[in-house]
Amino acid sequence: MSVPKVCGIETEYGIVVRGLDMSPMTASALLVNAHSDEGLGLRAWDFSGEHPDRDDSLGWRPEADYPEVEMVMANAVLTNGARFYVDHAHPEVSTPECTGPRQVVVYDRAAEEIVRASMRRANARLGPGAEMVVHKNNSDGKGNSYGCHENYLVSRATPFARIVDHLTTHFVTRQVFTGAGKVGTENRRTGESDVPFQLSQRADFFEERVGLETTVRRPIINTRDEPHCDRDLWRRLHVIAGDANMSEFATWLKVGSTSIVLAMIEDDAFPDLVVADPVTEIRRVSHDCSLRHRVSLTNGAAMDALAIQRAIIEAARAWRGNVGSDPLSGETDAVLHLWESTIEKLAVDPSEVADIVDWVAKKRIIDAMAARHGLEPGHPRLRAIDLQYHDLDSERCLAKRVGLRRMVNDDEVHAAMSVPPTTTRAWFRGECIRRFGRSIVAANWDNIVFDTGDSSLQRVSMTDPLKGTESRVSRLLDSVSDASELLAALGPDIVEPIVHDDPGW
Amino acid sequence: MGMPERIRQQRKTEEQAPREDTGDTAASDMTSRLRDDLDSLLDEIDGVLEENAEEFVRNYVQKGGQ
Repeated sequence: MSVPKVCGIETEYGIVVRGLDMSPMTASALLVNAHSDEGLGLRAWDFSGEHPDRDDSLGWRPEADYPEVEMVMANAVLTNGARFYVDHAHPEVSTPECTGPRQVVVYDRAAEEIVRASMRRANARLGPGAEMVVHKNNSDGKGNSYGCHENYLVSRATPFARIVDHLTTHFVTRQVFTGAGKVGTENRRTGESDVPFQLSQRADFFEERVGLETTVRRPIINTRDEPHCDRDLWRRLHVIAGDANMSEFATWLKVGSTSIVLAMIEDDAFPDLVVADPVTEIRRVSHDCSLRHRVSLTNGAAMDALAIQRAIIEAARAWRGNVGSDPLSGETDAVLHLWESTIEKLAVDPSEVADIVDWVAKKRIIDAMAARHGLEPGHPRLRAIDLQYHDLDSERCLAKRVGLRRMVNDDEVHAAMSVPPTTTRAWFRGECIRRFGRSIVAANWDNIVFDTGDSSLQRVSMTDPLKGTESRVSRLLDSVSDASELLAALGPDIVEPIVHDDPGW
Repeated sequence: MGMPERIRQQRKTEEQAPREDTGDTAASDMTSRLRDDLDSLLDEIDGVLEENAEEFVRNYVQKGGQ
């Protein structure tokens, strides 16, 4: 039985400052702090759940009462339940937990607007002569990649081997509508001249079928397993094999189709299609804009990506007829409809989906510009168009100009910059930060640490992502006037004092 | 005649022409509009691509992430 698809997206953005010698780490911190300095969130992420290898060799320190909070680099929890922080050399936003693909689109777009607004503030601080430029892309065109990761909760009862076999088939072939498009190739095994343009930003960077790594020898299926909830019930599938989409409908189809595929895998309803050599095929599918490349399967057959996608959709329709509840919060039928029509249009004439599919929209202007100015494949001007498609500056951003169809309106996106999703624990997290931010010292996906002036800090655990929703806790939140009253009302089952050993003073 | 001017005149002619209601879906209307507007879109892109765009893309180097 498939479980509700709690999901979200984490995006690492490309960042440069021109006119000033500034490291990407410093630039990223400047960007994140430009947001939290406005008092728009809480600047403290609790790492205690993520780094159990805490160094106790220094002995007891007075500040050891405090949770392990990253103070050096910027790291904020926002009132919309998202996390905005510096990950190595990139600014990153993780959306709050969502319960359907449309909600993910809203919060992914809200994340983009948060970064855009922070970029404006950061640029006001930099002053004339220097400018921060931020891109929502996944590669610098020179062999360096950074990710847009999807996260889905799946049932722990589902055998992981089945997820690996079947989900890989979707990842190799979904690129036909999820690809953000790229001029050239960064794969060492492929000649540059052979690939003037490809479907995906990211496909060149996969070297393994399954693995734990995310920065080197990247696997198509990542085995990181930090559910941030009850691990006996759920696995959090951490997907690294995807592009950051500028098209809202592409994000919706990416998350929607993958949610459906995961629910089918949970119900053992995915067709018997297993890719024989996925590491090679994910690249070959991406490199063939004619969409005719035939993918070899373990059963000896070879099918092109569109035929495989059709077979998945056909099985999804049969599966849909047999399931009672909708694991996608009522969106399954709408996703299936657009998914199917997108595949059919790609088979007839890809330009029919230039308003939905990023690579089609981008390739259209790249090809037309090459023809207009007589530019050879891979010309720097074409690469500049590729890069500027993803530029977050509203004036320069080419994705805003190519006629992509909008799915969500500006008012909804603007509201989501500060208001959390109502249907997950992100509601409780975000509302607590908004209402009681001064009494909160740190927060994490599954807990919030309060300091109400008592002798010990109080940790509120949120182990179920589908609790702490607006319908469950808004009355409680409205009935209390401060954090102390909230903690008293929640009671000892949920609130746990953080007790450290008595130093004997 | 400059390119933008030609396009403006072309657009004006289109606006004046009686519109045929083919009963097509909004999506295919969108597609034909996209085709018609490709030329003016390229003008727009040539306009917003920075002078030093090629140099910018040459110098664009990121640290590898996740």
